[in-house]
Amino acid sequence: MPQLFFDDDAYAVVAAACERLIPGATDAGVADYVDGLLGAFAVDPPRIWAGGPFSGRHGGDAGFGSFIPLTPMDELAWRTRIEGSQGIAEREFNGPVVGLQQRYREGIAALGADFTTCDPEEQDARLRAQADFTALLYEHACEGMYGAPEYGGNRNGSGWQRIDFEGDVQPRGYTDEKVSQP
Amino acid sequence: MGSGPGGSAAADVLTAAGWSVVIFEKGRNHLLDLDDPERLKGDYSNDELKFTIRHFLGPDPFLEPRTFRRRERDGDHAFVGDVNNVPSTVGGGGVHADGKLPRFREADFRLHTEYGPIDGAALADWPLTYDDLEPFYAEAESLVGVAGDAGANPFAAPRSGPYPMPPGAPMYGATLSAAAAERLGYHPYPAPTGANSVPYGGRPACNNCGFCAFYGCPIHAKGDPVAPLQRALLSGRAELRPETFVSRINISNGRATGVDYVDAAGHTHTETARHVVLAAGAVETPRLMLLSGLDHPLVGRHLMFHFQTLVMAGLRQRVHPHRGRSVTHVHDDHLVPDDRSKRAAKDAGLPWFRGGMVEHCGPSTPIQEAKLYPWGDAHARSMRESSLRERMWGFTMQGEDMPQATNRVDLDPTVRDVRGFPVARITYDSHRFERAASAHYGERLTEILHEMDAEWTVTTTSPDASFPYGDFISPVPQSKHVMGTARMGADPSTSVVDPYGRLHDVPNIVIADSSVFVTSSGYGPTLTLVALALRAATAMMR
Ligand SMILES: Cc1cc2nc3c(=O)[nH]c(=O)nc-3n(C[C@H](O)[C@H](O)[C@H](O)COP(=O)(O)OP(=O)(O)OC[C@H]3O[C@@H](n4cnc5c(N)ncnc54)[C@H](O)[C@@H]3O)c2cc1C
Ligand code: SF4
Repeated sequence: MPQLFFDDDAYAVVAAACERLIPGATDAGVADYVDGLLGAFAVDPPRIWAGGPFSGRHGGDAGFGSFIPLTPMDELAWRTRIEGSQGIAEREFNGPVVGLQQRYREGIAALGADFTTCDPEEQDARLRAQADFTALLYEHACEGMYGAPEYGGNRNGSGWQRIDFEGDVQPRGYTDEKVSQP
Repeated sequence: MGSGPGGSAAADVLTAAGWSVVIFEKGRNHLLDLDDPERLKGDYSNDELKFTIRHFLGPDPFLEPRTFRRRERDGDHAFVGDVNNVPSTVGGGGVHADGKLPRFREADFRLHTEYGPIDGAALADWPLTYDDLEPFYAEAESLVGVAGDAGANPFAAPRSGPYPMPPGAPMYGATLSAAAAERLGYHPYPAPTGANSVPYGGRPACNNCGFCAFYGCPIHAKGDPVAPLQRALLSGRAELRPETFVSRINISNGRATGVDYVDAAGHTHTETARHVVLAAGAVETPRLMLLSGLDHPLVGRHLMFHFQTLVMAGLRQRVHPHRGRSVTHVHDDHLVPDDRSKRAAKDAGLPWFRGGMVEHCGPSTPIQEAKLYPWGDAHARSMRESSLRERMWGFTMQGEDMPQATNRVDLDPTVRDVRGFPVARITYDSHRFERAASAHYGERLTEILHEMDAEWTVTTTSPDASFPYGDFISPVPQSKHVMGTARMGADPSTSVVDPYGRLHDVPNIVIADSSVFVTSSGYGPTLTLVALALRAATAMMR
C-alpha cells in the first residue's frame, strides 16, 4: 500500500525506531499503522473508526474494513488532533493545539537522518534522549502491534499470534466451557 | 434530555401512558435504526482502538472537555480533559457498561439512622425506603433483562420475584477467586448482569466475547438501555433527535416552558413542552441547570463517585480474563460492618465505615497491557508471559463515597465546549472515610489473593492524589459511577428535588438520573437510577 503521510525516509526511520521499541514491529507493519493514523484524512471515509460488527475472522461478513463516516464535528476533532490547529479559529476554541503530524516531523528529525544506519545501541540511546517523542511512538507502536489489522498494523494478525490472542471473536464468541475452564 | 438508561426508562413509561415525548441526545446514533427501531445497527465491534483509545462513543475530550481540581485553592482548574466521562451517544453509558445491575439493600437508604453521622460529611437518609422502590426494581430488571440468582447472596434485600434470567457462565478466574473468598468466610455470588444469558427481549444470548466493559455489544446481548428505548420508539409517540445539544431550559413564572437546543449544523432552536425530564447524567444535568440559571444553592453539590480499591494478583497460571462478560462474580460482605472493620474504623478515628460491592475481575485487552511494559528487547517476552493480563486477577471494590458539600459540579470560568458553552468543572477530594475503608478492605482483599496462591499482589486506588494528572490512576476518579449533585429530600432547604425527582423550585422539571442520589451506597448506580426514573415518570402522570 502506498504511504499516506510519510515519505520513504521518514517511514524508514519510524519503522526502524518501532522495531527497537517492539521487536517484530516491522513484520507486523507497525509503521503502516502510524502512517494510516497521520494520513487518516487522505482517504474517504477517514481511517479513524473501523466498521462493524464483525471482521469476518471468526464468521460473519467482514465489516471492519468499511470505515465509519465522520460527522463534521468528528472531523473537526480528528483533524485538529492530527494536523494541529494551525491558527484556524474553529480549532482553537480553547487555545492552539500541536498536532501529531508536527510532533512526528520534529521527532523524526531529532532521531536523525542517519538513524536507520546506526547500530542498535546508538538507536536506543537516541530514543532515550527523545523521551517525549519515544513515549508517543511507543503508544502508537503498541496500538499498531496489537490493534485490529484493518488499521494497517498487526499484519495478518501477527501481533496477536505472537501472544496467542485470538483478537476479535464475534460472532463466534467463546463457549461456556472456554470461559469457565482453565 | 439524554437517551441513557434513565432517560430511556422515563420515555418508555411516558409513551406507554400515551404521552408524546421528544428525546434530545447530544451524541451520535450507533444503536438503532430510527425508522425501524427493531433493527439494531452494526457499528459496535470487538475493537480496542475504536472504543478505548479513539473515543468512538464520545464524548471526545477535545470537543467536550471537563475540568478538575481537588480543592478550590488549586486555582481555576488543575486538569482539562476526560473527567470520569461516561459515553455520549444514543443509549448513553448503558451502551458500554458491562452492566452489573445489583439492587441496593434496605440500609443503603437510611445510613444516617442505621450507623450514625460522619464528621465532615453531609450524610442523610433518603426520603424513600427500599420497600417503596422494590416494585420499580422488579420492573427495571424485567425491562432491561437482568440475569442473576435470587437466592445466592445472603446480604440481598427481599425480592418480590426471581430474576428474569439465570446467570451466565462464570469466568475461570472468578471460579478461583470465589472459592478462595468462600474459604475465608465471604459470600461471593453470580453478579446480576444486564446481558442476556438466554435469548430475551428479541435479542440473542451473550456469547462471552470478552470485549464487554467499555464496548458496545456487537450482537446486542446487553439490554440497557436498548430495550426501553426500542419500546418507547416503537410506540410511535417518541421522537429521538441525536446530535442535538440542549443548551438551556426555558423557565417562566416558576414553570419550565421547554428547551433551547443546538442541532448538528450549529443552529439554535426552541422546543416547547409541558414537562422537562433531565437525564443527562449526574455531571451534565447540574451543568445544564446552571446554564439555565437554576440557582438553588445545592445544585451541583454532594457529587459522589465510588472510591475504587483495585487489588490485583500475579498468578502462576493463565486465567484468560478476556473470555466472558468482564465480571461474573461479586461479593457484598464489605458493605456490612463486622467486628474487624469496626475496630479498624475506631483506630482511624471514625465511628464506623464500610466498603462496597467487590467485583472479581482481571484486565482483558492487549494494547492496554502492552503500554504498561517498558519498550525494548524484553517487550516480546513480557507480552508472552503476560503477567499483567493473562496471569492477573483480582478485585475492584466500589467503595461508598461520603457526600460532601465541597465536592461539586459548577461551570468552569474559562474552558468552553466546541459549541461555546462553559464546561462542567469538578471539584472533588475524598473523605477520610473512603481512604480508611479502602486501606482496611484492601488488606482483606489481599488476603483472598494470597489464599489463591498469588505470586505477588498490588493495591491501588482511584482516585489517588499521589499520582500525576493524565495517567489512568490519578487524582481524577475513573469509577464511571457518578451520583449526587441534585439530591432528593422532603425539605427544599436541604435538597434540590422532592422524593419523586421534581425540582422543589420548578415542579414540572423532573430529574431521572443519579443526580438525585442522597448517598452513593457501594453498588453500581444504574439499576437504582432506572428504578427511580420509572417511579418518577409514573408519578408525573398523577
Ligand atoms: C465502562 C463502564 C462500565 C460501567 N459499569 C457499570 C456497572 O457495572 N454497573 C452500573 O450500575 N453502572 C455502570 N456504569 C455506569 C453507567 O453507565 C451509568 O450509571 C449510566 O449510564 C447512567 O445513566 P444515565 O441515564 O443517568 O446517564 P448517561 O448514561 O450518562 O446518559 C446521559 C446521556 O445524556 C446525554 N446528554 C448529556 N448532556 C446533554 C445535553 N445537554 N443535551 C442532550 N443530551 C445530553 C449524553 O450524551 C448521554 O448520552 C458503567 C459505565 C462505564 C462507562
Ligand atoms: S461479553 Fe456478551 S454482553 Fe458483553 S459484549 Fe460480548 S457478547 Fe455482548
